[in-house]
Amino acid sequence: MPPPRLRDLFTGFFLAGIMGVGGVLPIARRMIVEERRWLTPIEFNDLLALCQFLPGPNICNLSVALGARFHGAAGALVAIAGLLAAPIGIAIGLAGLYGRYGDLPVVQHAFIGLAAAASGLVLGTALKIAWPLRRNRAGLGVAALAVLAVAGLRLPLLPTMLALAPFSVWLARGR
Amino acid sequence: MSGPVTQLGLLYAQLSLLAVGGVSSVLPEMQRQVVEVHRWMGAGHFAALYALAQAAPGPNMLVSTIVGAQVAGVPGALAASLGMVGPSSLLTWGTASAWHRFRDRPWRRAVQAGLVPVTVGLVIAAAGLLAVSTTHGVGTALVTLAAAALVLGTRTHPLLLLASGGVIGMLGVS
Repeated sequence: MPPPRLRDLFTGFFLAGIMGVGGVLPIARRMIVEERRWLTPIEFNDLLALCQFLPGPNICNLSVALGARFHGAAGALVAIAGLLAAPIGIAIGLAGLYGRYGDLPVVQHAFIGLAAAASGLVLGTALKIAWPLRRNRAGLGVAALAVLAVAGLRLPLLPTMLALAPFSVWLARGR
Repeated sequence: MSGPVTQLGLLYAQLSLLAVGGVSSVLPEMQRQVVEVHRWMGAGHFAALYALAQAAPGPNMLVSTIVGAQVAGVPGALAASLGMVGPSSLLTWGTASAWHRFRDRPWRRAVQAGLVPVTVGLVIAAAGLLAVSTTHGVGTALVTLAAAALVLGTRTHPLLLLASGGVIGMLGVS
């Protein structure tokens, strides 16, 4: 497969962005690995590892890293612009509708249920992410400390991370 | 004095660099800042906007767009969105080639293995706090637990879960 041109990067991520309801990553992976074959599955996992390890929205990082690999800064910019242009426009429109009709009782009731379902979605996904750690005692301990600090004690995120991350890397050395 | 547009941009630029593991790990901090520090809205309103962002097509960073739009209109939405993706994108752009070069080094694997548990803890804490803020009674608790179980055990489409939650809410369950 030839490397993507700038316009291919834009259209590929544009389509992944508008089709990705409740998670862009599965659709982006299908587009990048199976349909357009810009990366092999192994190359994709390697790039995704970087994007999960760096701060920021994973899929945005992925578009930047992939765009940069093929076309430097211009590629990074074009890929993330393609990914976000339509969703940001749609989200602004939805926020406007919510601002206008959000006070109607029926809308408020719908959002109470919708928000509860969204919480369940996040909770289920969090447990899926945690599943591979189930036999790693040190890892589970660190995860439990993070939960206690952030959810239990309501400590701010930055000091919690600065304290836990080096400790956790030290525990993981040589594993 | 800085206006809300500047405050949104700065807040989300900070969250961008804190969001190890993705946007969901900074949700509690986002909620704390938006609800308790800046007092832009109540916790229930924040949870509703998060649900709206989940239902919209695109990445879950859209929660920044929607919060920004509610606080300061279109300029607020753009400032918050740019803040959320700008700093982390610059960091990714700067790191991508080095990461590729060092892919076989042991230290890179140790760093990755060490950060995963922290990320997992942050994401679980975020999910728990979010669930507490959207639970108003037995009905909403059951909706949350059912949605979580369906996500774990089945391949139900997320939009179907959200729509079902919306319809159950319209029936007056809380």
